[in-house]
Order: sequence, then structure tokens, then C-alpha cells
Amino acid sequence: MNSEYEVVIGLEVHVQLTTATKIFCGCSTAFGNAPNAQTCPVCLGLPGALPVLNRQVVENAIRTGLATDCRIAPRSIFARKNYFYPDLPKGYQISQFELPICEHGHLDIPLDDGTSKRIGITRIHMEEDAGKLQHGETPATADSSFVDLNRACTPLLEIVSEPDMRSADEAITYLKKLHQMVKALQVCDGNMEQGSFRCDANVSIRPWGQAELGTRAELKNINSFRFIKQAIEYEVERQADVLESGGKVIQETRLFDSTSGTTRSMRGKEEAHDYRYFPDPDLVPLVIDADWIERVRDALPELPEAKRARFVRDYGIPAYDAGVLTQNHEVSSYFDTTVAAGADPKQASNWIMGEVQRRLNDAGSEISAAPVDPAMLAGMLKRIADKTISGKIAKTVFDEMWKSGTDADTIIEAKGLKQVTDSGAIEAIINDVIANNAPQVADYRAGKEQLLGFFVGQVMKASKGKANPAAVNDMLKKKLQE
Amino acid sequence: MSLTDLTLSELHDKLRTKELSSVEVTRAYLERIAAHNAALNIYLTERPVEALRDAEAADRRIAAGEAAPLTGIPLALKDLLVTEGIRTTCGSKLLENFIPPYNGTAVHKLRDSSAVLLGKLNMDEFGMGSSNENSAFGPCRNPWDRERVAGGSSGGSAACIAARLAAASLGTDTGGSIRQPASHCGAVGLKPTYGRVSRYGVVAYASSLDQVGPVTRTVEDSALLLQTIAGYDRADSTSIDCPVPDYRAALRNDLKGVRVGLPKEYFIDGLDPEVQRTVASAIDVLRDLGAEIVHVSLPHTDYAVACYYLIATAEASSNLARYDGVRYGRRVTGEGGLIEMYNRTRGAGFGDEVKRRIMLGTYALSSGYYDAYYLKAQKVRTLIRQDFLDVFAQVDVLATPVAPTPAFRLGEKGADPLQMYLSDIFTIPVNLAGTCGLSLPCGFAAGKLPIGLQLIGKPFGEDALLGVGHAYQQATDWHKQQAEL
Repeated sequence: MNSEYEVVIGLEVHVQLTTATKIFCGCSTAFGNAPNAQTCPVCLGLPGALPVLNRQVVENAIRTGLATDCRIAPRSIFARKNYFYPDLPKGYQISQFELPICEHGHLDIPLDDGTSKRIGITRIHMEEDAGKLQHGETPATADSSFVDLNRACTPLLEIVSEPDMRSADEAITYLKKLHQMVKALQVCDGNMEQGSFRCDANVSIRPWGQAELGTRAELKNINSFRFIKQAIEYEVERQADVLESGGKVIQETRLFDSTSGTTRSMRGKEEAHDYRYFPDPDLVPLVIDADWIERVRDALPELPEAKRARFVRDYGIPAYDAGVLTQNHEVSSYFDTTVAAGADPKQASNWIMGEVQRRLNDAGSEISAAPVDPAMLAGMLKRIADKTISGKIAKTVFDEMWKSGTDADTIIEAKGLKQVTDSGAIEAIINDVIANNAPQVADYRAGKEQLLGFFVGQVMKASKGKANPAAVNDMLKKKLQE
Repeated sequence: MSLTDLTLSELHDKLRTKELSSVEVTRAYLERIAAHNAALNIYLTERPVEALRDAEAADRRIAAGEAAPLTGIPLALKDLLVTEGIRTTCGSKLLENFIPPYNGTAVHKLRDSSAVLLGKLNMDEFGMGSSNENSAFGPCRNPWDRERVAGGSSGGSAACIAARLAAASLGTDTGGSIRQPASHCGAVGLKPTYGRVSRYGVVAYASSLDQVGPVTRTVEDSALLLQTIAGYDRADSTSIDCPVPDYRAALRNDLKGVRVGLPKEYFIDGLDPEVQRTVASAIDVLRDLGAEIVHVSLPHTDYAVACYYLIATAEASSNLARYDGVRYGRRVTGEGGLIEMYNRTRGAGFGDEVKRRIMLGTYALSSGYYDAYYLKAQKVRTLIRQDFLDVFAQVDVLATPVAPTPAFRLGEKGADPLQMYLSDIFTIPVNLAGTCGLSLPCGFAAGKLPIGLQLIGKPFGEDALLGVGHAYQQATDWHKQQAEL
């Protein structure tokens, strides 16, 4: 990247809320139904229909606002954003303009050097989504477009950041953190493919040291973290090239094309819409009293940052482990539940980050669908802790649990995997091993002590893994020195 | 006396005691509609077959002893009220063939009480006009003088009362659209307080001003009809959860202890002398009935018309954006793409006055003009509302003219929109203040043109208004005069 310029990025994130019904009517928000199956006079924009605000949308907005330390407006206003488009049934979008529900918040993001950086959140407002246009795909419909209004009136939060990010990486860190947060808050399912979490990026560059911001381009249509990084990096290069060649960056909206990895101009400022915002006379001002805010605050779930700190503090696991476990709300709950069921925290962390995650990756599935639930994992880890099985045998037990869904004790019992701790039985095996491996015994006694591992292996093999490795070690050393 | 001369309360009594059947009454109205509608152009959509079916159902309900106050009574609706399965044109070519899939709340309440629906009434396109001349389907004529306007925008709702083509009707009033035509046609028109009647299913012209209300022969009928349609509605966020009083119980025969205010700004030089004289004698009647007459002032009245034409048009420019030819209504196709389709559809579908108001409103909301026009108008609106609240600390109701002149001739003001706008000068402030107003017949100008008296009440003071209006009608018989058809 051209290092003569400082990169300035602000992000506008559209978060689709997971309410059961739409923001201004009672239609379902479910994804994937037949076109226009989830519509009514209100979301179709029929003459005479009126919007009624969904209380849960407000509640979710307050949750998100509190989690980002925003000020929750005691009085906020819905406004109409007027423009014509076939997917917009009323000819205006109901949004918030002058008095949004949340303002002046922030999100702290970790930087590579171990410090953290505060990204300002300008505002969070509620609005309705538009419908979807589908262009005809058969020869007979090639000239036609079809309008599906199932998505029309679906609730969105728009979270607008300050232009506080200085690289694509910072932008991605912020987005990932926000993504984790809205999922942990259970206000959004975070599904980027279905468009539940989408981002527009305002990108500009300026010579280092210049106080005023450069002219920005707004990048739209980006639906994955990877694409956002690509889009920003491409755009920074493009703007630097424009400036280098003596040109001027123009304020415009640019569309990201994921196949070419480039951005192209959508519309310039000269064609910029005048949205003629004005307060929607069909909706009364939204008044939120302090009690409501406090009730929402009390019910806020633990956020990833707080959870990470608690895992380190209360469970004594390394910060690295806590960071990995709290990246995903379901994983951190799985861990919490496993420990609560009596497992050693560090063991639980190792197994979840290791075996559990590996298998999930192989299967391409989520932890919520894991055949081994936290109680089962804890049951097995307790058998390691009380020395009923060794760590090695535990792998076998885990395998079996994953395949059959049966609990560890049943498997240990049925397969006879209980660790042998009876010293008489171990001693007999050791005697056999020593008798059958005379050359190695001689070498060991001549000083080749690294052969101890070989003897341990032989004994474990002969015991089919059930011998207690610590006991085997002790006893072998004694016997070999005799 | 003919069946079509009966008031709502008379009809209700005779239906309930089975002295009359709804089918008989409905048939009588249908015959009159068949005989006179072509000349008067009051109904845009008639329902001769379905209305009789409604009547039969109502008679069965009455037979079962389950009659509601409006059961079996033949009513008609301004064509701005959304009716399930019944064409709703809003007086516009754009919605000429639009058949809504749902009923609005007020309509639903009427249907629920088994009222008979005779049809849908002529109006100025989307409620924009004061003469009904802006209807895409031709003007509705004044039954008292067919060469004169019925008033607007609810021209059909008022004319159907004068012509005895419905027992009562519903109109909507954004700046005087119920009261002014009621005044021109000798009917009783009530614009309820904003929030009193649900706007769900009322096609929006100016959302912060629109209100549904009854147009009837008598004040008592107005009370009866309002009783059925009033009340909080969850589907309309701007409807207000305030108890609905028993309006008929509020009707009174004298005005002892009632303070009636006369705002000096409403008795101005430009007022037609006959209107001036007629309203003055109506006020004498109120005094004779025991009212105390108080002279008051509403100082910001002068700004009301300008304020209204910024706010109403701004809201209209947005409310009418949905008529784009994409989902319903008329679409005009042709060369070019989407923008061309929009332009052609809206260009051909809307009439001149609608286009004029959309342009005015778009301008008022435009970036760089918003503060000077829309925002300023909102501030003025607050002052106008405050004027009324201040005055209602001194008086119970206000008495004023409804319109500066009686019904004018068709075409007389067509060339000058500003002249036309001024015909709502006394009604507009009531909508801006969000309070209620009642128009009732109080005399005639030479040549038998009805003149109306406007009573203005405090917010949710419909009961007081109806009380005063009823006492006036007990002492006078202007409302009993009939137009010769």
C-alpha cells in the first residue's frame, strides 16, 4: 500500500434484527418463503395502510445501544426518506434522521501491538428494509423484473461509526467485534450470506499530518469480511493513484464487484438524491423512559469482552484460550456449561479448542449441533481427573461418544477401558516386557536412558492402554535398575 | 313523508320495531339513486345488488333481536375510504380500477354493525380541492342548484344528504373537506378531533391533518354515527386512547351556562354579506337559548392558509409517492425504462391540482428550503394550536362562518387556485390545531343556497359541540329544508 497517505475509514453497518415479526406490521420475518407470501396491506404499502412500531425492535435497539455505551434518546423520531424504486412500496423508507434512538457510543478494538483503540459510534437508528427485485431468468421473462416484498419492512439497525479506523485491518477487527457483539446480544443472527449483517464503507485518504479529511467514496454491496478488506484495499490504491496522477477524488457511491475485486462508480454527487427527510406523521415520537432502559440493561447478556476477562479471572485459563473461546457466543456457552458440570477448566478449554473444534470443522457444523454435549464432555474429563482413564484412552472414549452419543461411563464400562492401577497386574506385564527385550534392557542399563519411552510403550501396548502411565513409569525405572 | 326523509334515529326505531324493513328502505334509496344520480354525479360506484344483500342480512340480524344502532341503515362512503372488494378510486384516474383487499377501521365498524353500504361517493382527487371539480370523474353537482359546486373535497358525501341519496355518509376533512361541502349543501358535517377516529384505511392526503367524520341531516344523527366510528385503534398510531363519551346523552335543549366565543379574525370584511347576516342571526339564536356570547381573538389566524399549504402539500408529496404503477393502480407503459414508466404513469394518472400540490410539497421539503418552509410552517402550526387552547380557557365553543361565500358556480374559481384555497380560510385552522369542528345549516342566501354555521370545540370536545348544535336545531328548522330535485 502507498505509505504517503493516511487511510480514513468509517463504517455503516446494517444489522437485521431477529424479531419474529416485521418492524411496522405483524408479518413474519422468516427467510426463504415463496415471494410475497409474507406481506399485508402495511408492508405492501397499500393506500390507507398505516405503520405500527414493533416494541421488540426498540428493545433490541436499546440493547445494542447500551452494549456500545451509547446515550439512549428519551425521545426519538421516525422520518421518511423519500425516493422512488420498485422495491420500495411506499415511495419512502421509514427510518430515523434527526433524532435517532442511540448516539455517542463506542467500541474498543484490540490492536496487533496489544493495545486497544476506541472507535466512536456516531449513531444507531432503526429503519425498515426494502423488498428484493429479481430479474427474469427465462427467455419469456428476460425483459421483466419481479418484486418480492417478503423482506420489505424487515427491521434493521444502522450502526454508523466515526471515521476512526486507519486501515482495512482495523475496519475488519471492528466489524468482527461488532458481529460477535450483536450475536451475543441475540439481536441479530449474524448471517452474512443472507444479508443479516451488511456493511457500507466510507473510505478516504489524506497526506500524513493533514487535519482535514479527504473526499470519501462510499463502498456498497459488501457481504463478507474478506470482501470488505479487498474492497477497502482496492479503493485506497485507486484513490492514491488518482491523487498521484494529479487528479481529484470525487465524492461518489461505488459498488464492489467481488469477482474482479474492484470497485466501480454507481452514482456521483451530482446525481445525489435529495431524500427530503421529514418526520413521519403516521408515527408518534418514540418516548423511552429511564425504567425501560434500566430493565433492558439488567437483562443484557454478558458480552464477549466481559466473558473473556471472567474466564481468565475465575477459571484461570490463559488469555489466549479465553480469547479463542469467546469469539463465538455458542462456543463460550459450551465451555461455561462444561466447566459448570464439573470439568477442569484448562482441560475443558484444551478439548474444546482441540478435538471438539477439529471435528466440527471436519463436519462443517456448528457447536450447537455437536453430538457430544457439555455434560458428556465434562463426564469424560472427570474420568481423566480421577484417573479412571488416561488421556490417551480418553481419545478413544471421545471418538465413541461422538459416534454413538453415549456417555463416557457407559463406554468405559462396556469396552473395559478402565485404567489398570493394580500394581501386581502392572508388575507382571513389566516382568514380561523385560524378559522379552533383553538387548534393550542391556542397552538401557549401559546408560541409554532414552529407551525408557520404548519400555513404557511396550507396557502400555501389552495392557491395551489401560495401565496407568505414571505407575508404569515409576515401576519400570525401579525394575530396570535392579 | 317518504322513507328517504327519515333521520337515522327514526330509521333505527322503525327498523327495530319492524315497522319497516331494511330492504324496503334500501330499495327506496336505490330508486332515488337510479333516478337522480346521473344528473348529480354523486356516486362513483353504486352497489344496487350488494346493498340489497346487505339489507337482507341486516333484517335477519334485527329479527334475531341483535340490532346495533346502525343495523340496516343505508349509508354511503367517500371514495377515499378503503373498502374490501369494492372499487376505491380516490377520485383519481390512477386508481380507477383499484379494488382494495381490506377494509379500513371506520368501514369495518360500519360493516360490523350491519349498516347497508349503498356505494362510494364523488370527491376531489385524493381530497385535494374545495369544489369537487378536481374529480377525475367529473364534478358532483349541488342538489340545491346544479350549476353550482357541492363543495369539496367530500362533495359527494354532502350532496348525497341534500339529495336524499343516502341516510348518512362518511367524509374526510383535511382542511375543511367535510364542513365546507356540508355548508354548501345544507348538511351537518363533523370534523372530529385528530386521533378521535382511526385513519387506518383512509387513503392519506395529509396524514397529520386528515380525519374521518359523519355527514348527516341532523346533529343527533351526527352523534349516532360518530358513536360507532370513534375510538382508539391499535392499527393507527396517531389515534388517541381517550374514552368515547355517550354523544347522544350530551345533546341538550338549551344553552344556559354555555360560553360561545366569537373570534374577531373570522368576521372580516371580505365575508359575503348574506353569510355575515345569516351567521349573525344564528348567533342571536344561541344567545336566546341562554348562551353567553364572548368576543375573543385567535391572533395567528392570518397565517393558517399559508401554513396549511406547506404542511399538507409536503405530506401529500410523500403520501402520493406510492402511486408509481408498480404494484396496483394504473400503469402506463411505453418506450424507455423505469423512470419513463413512472413519469408516464404519474403524468397521465394525476390531475393538475394533485400535480400542483405534489410539486409544492416536494419544494417545501427540499434540501435548502426545508427550514424556511416546512419547519417554519410547523412552528406556526404550534402557535395556531396554542391560540385555540388559550381561547378555550375562556369559552366552551367558538361560533364562526364555515365558508366566506355560499356555493359558487361550477368553473367560477377553476382558473385561480389561490381564490379556491381561500374558500377554506375558516376551516383550515381547526385541522392545524387538531381540534373538532361542526358545520350545520343556519339559513339561505337568496336563490336558496344553504349557508353553514361552524361551531369549533376543544380537543375531544365533540360532546359539547353536538350539544350546542342540537339545541340550535331544536330552535330552528333550517336542517329540515329540502332541495327540490
